[in-house]
Amino acid sequence: MKPPLFRYEAPRTIKEAVAALSSDVDAMVLAGGQSLVPAMNFRVANPSMLVDIQHVEGLKGIAVADGTIVIKAMTRHRELELDPHVRRANPLIAEIMQHVAHVPIRNRGTVVGSLCHADPSAEMPLLFVLLDGTMTAAGPGGTRRIPAAEFFQSFLTTARQQDEIVTEARLPVLPERAGWAFDEVTRRHGDYALVGVGCVLEFDDSGRAHKVQLAACGISDRPVRLKAAEAALNGTSLTTADLDAAALASADTVTQADDMNTSMSYRRRVLGTLIRRLVVTAAQRARSGSRP
Amino acid sequence: MRRTAIRPAIPERSDEPRAEVALTVNGQAVRRTVSVRMLLSDFLRHELGLTGTHVGCEHGVCGCCTVHIDGKAGRSCLTFAIQANGCHIRTIEAVAAEDGALHPIQQAFKECHALQCGFCTPGMVMNILSRFEEREPLDLSESGIRDMLSGNLCRCTGYINIIAAVRRAAELLGRA
Repeated sequence: MKPPLFRYEAPRTIKEAVAALSSDVDAMVLAGGQSLVPAMNFRVANPSMLVDIQHVEGLKGIAVADGTIVIKAMTRHRELELDPHVRRANPLIAEIMQHVAHVPIRNRGTVVGSLCHADPSAEMPLLFVLLDGTMTAAGPGGTRRIPAAEFFQSFLTTARQQDEIVTEARLPVLPERAGWAFDEVTRRHGDYALVGVGCVLEFDDSGRAHKVQLAACGISDRPVRLKAAEAALNGTSLTTADLDAAALASADTVTQADDMNTSMSYRRRVLGTLIRRLVVTAAQRARSGSRP
Repeated sequence: MRRTAIRPAIPERSDEPRAEVALTVNGQAVRRTVSVRMLLSDFLRHELGLTGTHVGCEHGVCGCCTVHIDGKAGRSCLTFAIQANGCHIRTIEAVAAEDGALHPIQQAFKECHALQCGFCTPGMVMNILSRFEEREPLDLSESGIRDMLSGNLCRCTGYINIIAAVRRAAELLGRA
């Protein structure tokens, strides 16, 4: 399996990269290539031009400041996973990263590339939807900030225009009092999730859960915030009955039809089970203050 | 019945876009002009004759083509040669010492019978080597080692001896 023919550009500035993309509607951005190159090898993707952004100035590195983690476009998964500042600022990231493919893939694949690829069962899009992250896109008309809730539009489809480059993505630092948890069910470790769920929550001074945030991947054509389940848990003391109510409230969010991997009804059951388990884990961490 | 040979429509001269690639492979500077769609795995094997890097699935699943790109394990079948421009590449050919003495990881594979046909072994060794060289804490429990190997497929051994070899390599490298 070899990729089809394409032209190749390796610009040095964002302006040059945007100009190259604007010059050809079938041009695509190449970052780590861990999703795009296999798609090309399978001839699923057939770009006429690849704009390799690895040499573009200002697209490398991670910064943690003012309650925000800024992840530049060429940041590899493994860099984010191992960054000591990120580990302290938001321990959910390292936990979720253990489920993203395998280390050699994480060494090459980029976080922003995974967001732009927008596989509905991938973990990185879920992370950004869960935490209300944002993406910054640079295009011919300037730059704009896109919230994660608007960025993911459908299967492999985002709000990024063809001639735009997502130059960075931003995640919030996890509040000191928050608990966190992520887990997923897969056929094999490292595969895309059949269903994955992430949870962050806090307790108010009276010991009731608040600011509960839940999101899932693998259940729809995009990552989904589980608003009904969040509403069922906010203000409660997370009893078994509350967890059951949250699981029940999430059932309608599963719209992924039966496929070669599993059925819709199985996904619903897994989603409910993961919500129950992960809310409990996040609650334990919030109560024990086990922050690294 | 008269048979006519079917002639494939291969153009005399390909107008494939080409570009110059300059990189360091196993400590040696290399410069070649190749098609921009040439995969790094094919570049190593066909342009440089380094056939120790094996090609299995060509979509990033089997891990046979794993090499080090700037010191970190990566799939050479999911990297275009042109993307490695200016990079340092290390392949299985540069793991044993010049005099042929095996690297401790290779020695461990040999001692533990961690290969049968050997097709997956170069990728396994390059992946494990990268993890030992990373200096991050290693989980050397059975499940930790299985996780470490989860991106490399072996169709002969059932992995038991490969797991033993990783443990033995940790002993030989003073990491156990």
